Amino acid sequence: MAAQSYESIQQNPKYRELVRQRSVLGWTLAAITLIIYFGFILLIAYAPKFLGTPIGSGVMTIGIPVGLAVIVSAFVLVGIYVVRANATYDSLTRDIVEESR
Amino acid sequence: MRRLVTLLATVLLAAIPVIARAAGAVEGGTQQATNWHAIFMFVLFVCLTLGITYWAAKRTKSAAQFYSAGGGITGFQNGIAIAGDYMSAASFLGISGLVYLSGFDGLIYSVGFLVGWPIVTFLIAEPLRNLGKYTFADVASFRLGQTPIRVLAACGSLVTVSFYLIAQMVGAGKLIQILFGLDYWMAVVIVGVLMIIYVTFGGMLATTWVQIIKAVLLLSGATFMALAVLWKFGFNPEALFAKAVEVHPKHLAIMAPGTLVSNPISAISLGLALIFGTAGLPHILMRFFTVADAKAARKSVFVATGFIGYFYILTFIIGFGAICLVSTNPQFLDSAIAAAKGPIAAIKGGSNMAAIHLADAVGGDLFLGFISAVAFATILAVVSGLALAGASAISHDLYANVFRRGRVNELEEMRVSKIATVLLGVLAIYLGIVFEKQNVAFMVGLAFCIAASCNFPVLLLSIYWRGLTTRGAFIGGFLGLISAVVMVVLSPAVWEVTLGNPKGSAPFPYENPALFSMAIAFIGIWLFSLLDHSARGAEDQAGFDAQFVRCQTGIGATKASAH
Repeated sequence: MAAQSYESIQQNPKYRELVRQRSVLGWTLAAITLIIYFGFILLIAYAPKFLGTPIGSGVMTIGIPVGLAVIVSAFVLVGIYVVRANATYDSLTRDIVEESR
Repeated sequence: MRRLVTLLATVLLAAIPVIARAAGAVEGGTQQATNWHAIFMFVLFVCLTLGITYWAAKRTKSAAQFYSAGGGITGFQNGIAIAGDYMSAASFLGISGLVYLSGFDGLIYSVGFLVGWPIVTFLIAEPLRNLGKYTFADVASFRLGQTPIRVLAACGSLVTVSFYLIAQMVGAGKLIQILFGLDYWMAVVIVGVLMIIYVTFGGMLATTWVQIIKAVLLLSGATFMALAVLWKFGFNPEALFAKAVEVHPKHLAIMAPGTLVSNPISAISLGLALIFGTAGLPHILMRFFTVADAKAARKSVFVATGFIGYFYILTFIIGFGAICLVSTNPQFLDSAIAAAKGPIAAIKGGSNMAAIHLADAVGGDLFLGFISAVAFATILAVVSGLALAGASAISHDLYANVFRRGRVNELEEMRVSKIATVLLGVLAIYLGIVFEKQNVAFMVGLAFCIAASCNFPVLLLSIYWRGLTTRGAFIGGFLGLISAVVMVVLSPAVWEVTLGNPKGSAPFPYENPALFSMAIAFIGIWLFSLLDHSARGAEDQAGFDAQFVRCQTGIGATKASAH
């Protein structure tokens, strides 16, 4: 990229908005992912009995839906990111690129 | 082109004695007659993929096309290819086998393997596409000193790729030995030769389509198996679990966490390696350069996460299905072991065969042949991606940017890349044969651990941390790489199991060192960047703003090339 243009882009309020939105969303969702996953791991390490508690009268235990929920949550979190990103990042980026010309 | 046609013909001809040999094994009674289906379907797959390679070879004229398919893969296609890279034979057979052995514990691995993907999406995918061209070293060395960072990234990539490749080759040899009745060395040679052909002639375009086809076949096969299992139990999971608890010797224990994760430090360390290793695997990172822009990169991870998550849910059902339908059928069991150790341990060929036997149980000979061929195809597709990533590290990072300092034309760089692919292929065949009798199970874990402790910290900090300097990244990255390898060698899996030292003598007590080696890498990078007051260091930090603007907006990013 041209050396003189990045400084003017940095001054663009839309660029600041893009950076702010992307970092808030990205790092928040990353933190949520890690909390869910390591929460699951710590449950396994410290409370295996809890995960082994049967649901109702059958053999199905709490651990099975919890594990599946962690898998589904990964997909849902990525989905949230993609929907939010598609709604805002691309139009902001387009504007910034246009204005930097 | 004529060379390719000749090679194609040679491979097909070479397959004839192979088939004849397998037929001999069938007559000898050591293998089931179903081999014919498997061989027929596998030859079909090979013909189809060689056809694709021929088509791709005509479109692979430039370095951009060779390394990144010219950026012309769509987000959806790339998502399936990424999912394919991830759904290796190890995860299909290994995780369903783990579920078969211990039930719930298998789910712990699935979850760990999957959770790396959201992290890749949120933090890595878009910056990678906006900053890089062919390899992740392009991103890591964007504002840093080219030579040291490229050397570091190439070492990290090559070590990761080598361990992953050895594990896949040995797995391929053993699996094909059981499924097709071929000699071990022959299976390894077939995999190596086909891999060289796909990559040298078809580059990234062929590698991607081989991966897509295999992913679709594998997902279809696994879906059919899971549906067949659920159908037998009236689509009632409770009935499936109840039957599994009844027939499994561990009974109710298979529905709860068992001994797999008992030590919290081991558990966290393994989790870190799985999550952040995913974000540092060179053959996966390379795929983000095959799409047009950051938006397509974002979409591809979404698609990949969906398919991988779905696939792991299927392997869970398949594992439980195998408990109910394989361990209760004497046809799949070794009767002597069954009498002594119970039905689960008696499975023919070991627990990794659970999914294969289940294919026979629910779909008969024809479907068994299909799944066997898909398992072979899976290995082939994964090793091709690995070979391409390794060859790129050699030609693009080491040769073009370090050895020739960027003064190299495209054709020469591509030629080096093809030579590197052939050398890597030959090396992989050689190592595959050398390691035949070794326990290589630790190698995939080691690959993830090195990726998490060397590639990932350098990549993440180069994108997000202004204070990073060349010296900091170089020293810290190598500290992470070396400490990961040393701690794995000193861990029980290698020290006791592979090197044969007495049990309990391993100097490093945990199975996976990622918690420690990642900490060493991050602290090393941070500390040595902080202490770096050189002119180069100041230049590195001054380059951050320009890099960050491009990382966010994609202005100046490599565009997709026309086909």
